[in-house]
Amino acid sequence: MPNLSPEIWTAVSLTVQLAALTTAILLVVGTPVAWWLARSQARWKEAVAAVVALPLVLPPTVLGFYLLVALGPDGPGGALAGLWGARTLAFTFEGLVIGSVIYSLPFVVQPIRNAFDAVGERPLEVAATLRASPMRAFWTVAVPLARPGFLTGAVLGFAHTMGEFGVVLMIGGNIPGETKVLSVAIYDFVETLRWREANLLAGGMVVFAFVVILAMMLIEKRMRRAGE
Amino acid sequence: MALLPAVANAGSTHVAVAANFTHAAIEIAGRFEEKTGHVAVLSFGSTGQLFAQVSQGAPFEVFLAADAERPALAINEGYGVEGTTFTYAVGRLALWSADAGLVIGPETLLVGEFDKIAIANPDTAPYGTAAVEVMRGLGAYEALSAKIVRGNNIAQTYQFVETGNAEIGFVSLSQIVGHAAGSRWVVPAELHAPIRQDAVLLKVGENSAAARAFLEFLTSPDAVAVIQHYGYGVEGDR
Repeated sequence: MPNLSPEIWTAVSLTVQLAALTTAILLVVGTPVAWWLARSQARWKEAVAAVVALPLVLPPTVLGFYLLVALGPDGPGGALAGLWGARTLAFTFEGLVIGSVIYSLPFVVQPIRNAFDAVGERPLEVAATLRASPMRAFWTVAVPLARPGFLTGAVLGFAHTMGEFGVVLMIGGNIPGETKVLSVAIYDFVETLRWREANLLAGGMVVFAFVVILAMMLIEKRMRRAGE
Repeated sequence: MALLPAVANAGSTHVAVAANFTHAAIEIAGRFEEKTGHVAVLSFGSTGQLFAQVSQGAPFEVFLAADAERPALAINEGYGVEGTTFTYAVGRLALWSADAGLVIGPETLLVGEFDKIAIANPDTAPYGTAAVEVMRGLGAYEALSAKIVRGNNIAQTYQFVETGNAEIGFVSLSQIVGHAAGSRWVVPAELHAPIRQDAVLLKVGENSAAARAFLEFLTSPDAVAVIQHYGYGVEGDR
């Protein structure tokens, strides 16, 4: 291992924590949303699906701008922060988690929804005729069958948060150990002409991204085989 | 076109501008176009970011940095044309709050009755370095260091304070000259090393008449008036 400055490790571990926490929250929040999108007959459900997918299309600066205002003293984030005596959620790890959850939402919800779609009516009807309650059918039939979707969603949500840049740059305030994530660290290294460190981190991200995409493809392959 | 002699030889030049000089540069570019017919296309960023881009072959012909180091480095490393650097402005720092009652003076820093203070990233932005110097000089840095948030450049630092996310921040005087809102303390120039902002002609623009004309124009009374209006000093030595 080349000797790396502690600031690199701080940035890496902070980013991993952010990505892990964001993914965990998204699995909890995203699963019911994905389930509803897959099962609901509501005519306006595609409108909800479109809202969920918005971060795919919106530039990070749009999210960053609105988040900066929303997290600030005059927005809901400021009101929330007031509960523990702070003025704003910007420049905090919690603020980044909120931003990341929104930013990575479609990357988790979409694959899980697709997996629930693929499960279809039939297994759940069978479960119902065997007198499984809807809750039980969900946990013992739908979720296990949709497992590849959960895996894909978790991997994509984690990876996408790891690579988050624009939103963090706009709401983070570049505080080491609190909001200075990997991508921002790379940006700073490039700006200060410390290209050796920039190279190490950027190269690491390339390897990481390759592993993620490869893993994704393998999961998908398995999913297709399971579907046959 | 041939009927308008001033425009006949008009070209355009791409200028990289340090973020703190944004407003002044836009106004100067407007006057420059009126006077010469040349168009200055402006790109804004932090001095560090712009320099990194220059070193990688960005098509900038003129570089208006926020410090004297980067233009000198540009020449040392062969991106700049020797003998073309000069100080086009001397920056002034201001402590500013969007809250009308907050900033009074240096004692505000010593009392420290705020959650967050925004400064530009001292590693990349000279205004950030100067801000740290001021806080150190007043003996307030240690106590404040946990409250510091760093903007990627001075424009973002301003935006952190403007949105109220940070109650207070060190910005460039040029950013708050235009409006009276909030409260401010114009930091006395002797509290930090002078923020000498140098310009340099880059190799890309060595043969560009428009680029040379722009640098020339920067020292004209027209441009100097704009520069001073935004709170900068000028050295006038070339």
